[in-house]
Amino acid sequence: MQRPYLKVDHVSKSFSRGGKTTEVLSDIQLSIARGEFVAIIGHSGCGKSTLLNLVAGLTPVTTGGILLEEREVASPGPDRAIVFQNHSLLPWLTVYANVRLAVDKVHGKKKSRRERHRWTMHNLELVQMAHAKDKRPAEISGGMKQRVGLARALAMEPKVLLLDEPFGALDALTRAHLQDSVMRIHASLGNTVIMITHDVDEAVLLSDRIVMMTNGPAARIGEVLDVSLPRPRERLELAADPVYVHAREEVLRFLYERHHFVEAA
Amino acid sequence: MWRGTVSAAWSTITTLTRRFLETVVPPLVMLALILFVWQILCGRPGATLPAPSVVWAEAGDLVMQPFFDNGPQDIGLGWRVLVSIERVLYGFGLASIVGILLGALVGQSVYAMRGLDPIFQVLRTVPPLAWLPLALAAFRDSNPSAIFVIFITSIWPIIINTAAGIRNIPQDYRNVASVLRLNPLEFFVRIMVPAAAPYIFTGLRIGIGLAWLAIVAAEMLTGGVGIGFFIWDAWNSSRLPDIIVALAYIGLTGFVLDRLVGMIGSIVTHGTTAS
Ligand SMILES: Nc1ncnc2c1ncn2[C@@H]1O[C@H](COP(=O)(O)OP(=O)(O)OP(=O)(O)O)[C@@H](O)[C@H]1O
Ligand SMILES: [Mg+2]
Repeated sequence: MQRPYLKVDHVSKSFSRGGKTTEVLSDIQLSIARGEFVAIIGHSGCGKSTLLNLVAGLTPVTTGGILLEEREVASPGPDRAIVFQNHSLLPWLTVYANVRLAVDKVHGKKKSRRERHRWTMHNLELVQMAHAKDKRPAEISGGMKQRVGLARALAMEPKVLLLDEPFGALDALTRAHLQDSVMRIHASLGNTVIMITHDVDEAVLLSDRIVMMTNGPAARIGEVLDVSLPRPRERLELAADPVYVHAREEVLRFLYERHHFVEAA
Repeated sequence: MWRGTVSAAWSTITTLTRRFLETVVPPLVMLALILFVWQILCGRPGATLPAPSVVWAEAGDLVMQPFFDNGPQDIGLGWRVLVSIERVLYGFGLASIVGILLGALVGQSVYAMRGLDPIFQVLRTVPPLAWLPLALAAFRDSNPSAIFVIFITSIWPIIINTAAGIRNIPQDYRNVASVLRLNPLEFFVRIMVPAAAPYIFTGLRIGIGLAWLAIVAAEMLTGGVGIGFFIWDAWNSSRLPDIIVALAYIGLTGFVLDRLVGMIGSIVTHGTTAS
């Protein structure tokens, strides 16, 4: 196997509050190749967002290390753009200005004004949001906000794209639309993606590998499942595909038989 | 089509008329009532304060001609109000800049908060005029002293509200800023100020109100051509009707200043509060 692009090496994470320390993640090991699409699935509160924030550099690891292209991740940066669980667009900026802020900051030195404008519009078109470029976040729907969040992240040309349940709060139809968008973008740009999800179908449909996490506290990686379905994938055809059905069953079995949700956790 | 336009125009007119009737007429009615009662109370012989009719007879020219100019101490109240407003704008402008910066510091840094907040909480209770002797001693001139009093009066609510606004900036916005690697200046301009704008404007609005309260009092003591000194001067020469007219000027100006800051605030923060 080639050397991993992103390596999460024996990482654990504890939070201490008022003299009490709780270990949220314990000895996480994960290697991701360039261009790979990895889904992380687990019950609510097990530490998925925490893991993603560690990779993003937003919170420091307690022990272990995270390496991106063999360089240690120490602080947040645009090479690990993140689409947050709740969009987190800046409400005082228009859709265009939200993306443009990222473009100016990340490409300000390399691109001219005109190129930055084009690049902003290009990314908005990629998520089909160019038509609403002058609207403010409060004026667009939840699905549209997530699209803009995605455009903002893509515009940074990250080495790794981090998606924290980007479609969690959306209805099934909008969600399916956005999943198709993500698949299309992944196919054409070849990004390396880590996506957190609650949704088994979403995980199987989109990813090359599914990382299943045990329940917290001190959550670990329970199992890793390869999804060897050819791309491009069609959601309608897959429904009856034996590989798809099998993968789905594996994940469900993990989540509901072996590590069913414990209320106390 | 024609009929549609006409009826649309008609309904606009009726709503405008209704709004006019609802907002302008009640205060006018109340005002008339107050003037009436006042006239009855102060119209009797032996009354200590002038009745509205007397005020109008003796000081009506101050109302009708706000901008006459007959030499150094004989100018219209409009000019005097403008002089006072100018002082307020210097003091308040300075307080806004310093207040927002200090507020940002206190809101952003726990150590600055622990160190400075108790001091601010104590200082803000000091009445504006108590600063005046110190200011006079330090500046040896009345104009900068008056401006300093405005500054020190209006800065506390600006600091305190800005700090509260900055403490309330959602973690999400901070995360966005750190992923983009915004430097401290960019963070201040692009994230802090807009995110805290509703709070900042609350502080500014309280601040301008206090500033206006303080200027009149400060001018009574420092002299000059402001509206405050006019009142003091009128008192010394027993021109009570002039004082009453000046009070009306002060009240209306304070009202306009408050509304102005409020309006600027709602324009600037448009879209900030909703997410
Ligand atoms: N800053 C923090 N301080 C203390 N504890 C924290 C902090 N952040 C997260 N935790 C704890 O870590 C655990 C995992 O939280 P996390 O947000 O990573 O869960 P999650 O898997 O993303 O859940 P969900 O699917 O609901 O988003 C939770 O028990 C939470 O209380
Ligand atoms: Mg989460």
